[in-house]
Amino acid sequence: MLSKEKAEWIKRAAEKYRNVPAPHGEDIDLNEYKIEGGKLEISSLEDLSEEEKSKLEGIGIDVKEESTSGSYLQINNDVVYTRAKSKVEILPISEALKKYNLEDYFWNLVKIKDKYTARVALERTGGFFIRVPKGVKETLPLQTCLLIGKENASQNIHNIVIVEEGAELNIITGCATSPHVKSGLHISVSEFYIKRNGKLTYTMIHDWGENVHVRQRTGVYIEDNGVFISNYVVITPVRSIQSYPTVYCAGENSKATLQTVVYGRKRSRIDLGSKVILSGRRSRADIVSRSIADDYSEVVARGRLVGEGEDVKGHLECKGLIISDDARLYAVPELDARKSNIELSHEAAVGKIGEEQLIYLMSRGLSEEEAVSLIIKGFLSMDFSGLPPVIGKTVKRIMDMTLQGL
Amino acid sequence: MLSIENLSVKVEDKVILRDVNLRINVGEAHVLFGPNGAGKSTLINTIMGHPRCKVVEGSIYFKGRDITDMPIDERARLGIGLAYQNPPGIPGVKLKDLLKIIAKVDWEEIERMAEILNFKDFLDREVNVGFSGGEVKKSELLQIFAQNPDFMMFDEPDSGVDVENVKLIGHIINHLLEKDRKPADRRKSGLIITHMGHILKFIHVDRAHILYNGVIACSGSPEEILNTIIKYGYERCIKCYQKRRQNG
Repeated sequence: MLSKEKAEWIKRAAEKYRNVPAPHGEDIDLNEYKIEGGKLEISSLEDLSEEEKSKLEGIGIDVKEESTSGSYLQINNDVVYTRAKSKVEILPISEALKKYNLEDYFWNLVKIKDKYTARVALERTGGFFIRVPKGVKETLPLQTCLLIGKENASQNIHNIVIVEEGAELNIITGCATSPHVKSGLHISVSEFYIKRNGKLTYTMIHDWGENVHVRQRTGVYIEDNGVFISNYVVITPVRSIQSYPTVYCAGENSKATLQTVVYGRKRSRIDLGSKVILSGRRSRADIVSRSIADDYSEVVARGRLVGEGEDVKGHLECKGLIISDDARLYAVPELDARKSNIELSHEAAVGKIGEEQLIYLMSRGLSEEEAVSLIIKGFLSMDFSGLPPVIGKTVKRIMDMTLQGL
Repeated sequence: MLSIENLSVKVEDKVILRDVNLRINVGEAHVLFGPNGAGKSTLINTIMGHPRCKVVEGSIYFKGRDITDMPIDERARLGIGLAYQNPPGIPGVKLKDLLKIIAKVDWEEIERMAEILNFKDFLDREVNVGFSGGEVKKSELLQIFAQNPDFMMFDEPDSGVDVENVKLIGHIINHLLEKDRKPADRRKSGLIITHMGHILKFIHVDRAHILYNGVIACSGSPEEILNTIIKYGYERCIKCYQKRRQNG
């Protein structure tokens, strides 16, 4: 439920920004992408076609739903499947809006300020609502899949996650196009709330068609002693991705870790960043990114730490490898200190594959291609700290699979 | 096994090796002495096929094939292996995973060797990242063991290694070179670079050479050569060599 005032405010803002381009990323003509439904009758993920199942498995989804605490599947703009297997509540956002008063959660962390957010506000939109009740520490991951099932479809999403006091959850989100779908547009708005002593680990793996555009708007709010860990993986070609989430470490001792692994291939235009506002006393943030620009790709790795609170600490680590002379890698690390007793630091390094590393591996009998592929794999393999082993393994498996035969 | 004829090598337009001749037969292990900058590492890097080492004259034959222009990875596959002195780190790649890729022997054997080297904990570490001097040597040795080449080169396997581990590493090199077998049963050959000769207490070496200013100034039995160096220093060797050349 929303108040009449808020509903009207949303509508007014959306109308105003309907045609306003975003500051970052290529401007997209939204009229080229149709808003489609995605009706499908399934009673479990196993009812999907073999092709779709293998696609979902490729992005870390357990289609047998054995070691999961719940599942969510959205095709285009329709929520076709939700299944809760634990105390964690999972609903389509439309139902959550009927059931709960979301006045303070809906369009609260993400503002309507460009044509993408306006479209989500104005048009038919899916999305999940996940609530972890107070004190519930769920160890099994909850999986959400966002699938574009039709050529040139526009997928609109508005997600809300609420981790109540002392609760914990791991969410793995797999974003993909159905087999054979090459073009599409994915616009998502995500608002995550982590209450006192809560912890949310959010892992997102992308596997889009080569002509898919992705625009994501994410806001995360962390209260006292709350922890947010984000792992963002995109290693298959895509037309463009632009995302620059804002994390508010507002609570005392709140902590955010954002890790991004990007492998820009073909003509991908990927503009990714993380921004953390450290306002809570003794709050901490770590932004870590590994980016590779290959082929004709363009990868922008942004990072911004804003220190506003007492005794806050933040570190930004941004490493890039550029492999092709036709690619571009642009790293933009920013530190913004607004108090005297804070500690913000960054290290950024962009370079090519080390000649000595290559020769070393080749002198062990690896061909040049094998050596390059191993160095790339090593470069992208991050210690995904805080990940439950099952997701860690999945991420590793996906990397191995994708990087095989490069 | 390996034969080098009239080899001259340039690195970045500077002549480092001049007219080097060397022959290492099947079953033989040779040691290469020489002061810093003499060209020892250049010689083994040239044998390995490092692209920085440009052969300007002469040839290298291995197992009867002219490998002078052969790429480095093909040489490795043909059976040449090099334990580096200062190898680069490979971030994100676990030693275990690299060993599995290059292994020509069973994984159980590699694990056993890692145990003998007291190096099992390092299998899950990133290759050469944050390794101490001694740890690097063990990592290299383990890789050579996994690779199981017929001709193996060790570039200062004892530098930066404590006494106890010099003994351990020496024993293992001796084993890899099949010196614990009867001469007729030895199929491996090797070339070792060392400064101190300390490690030679544990390795049976057949022949020694002194490399000085890019030339092989003297060759002979390891004891003889080592004693000469200790007694007269390297300067004397080059004088002796020059005298011999003048006399034709």
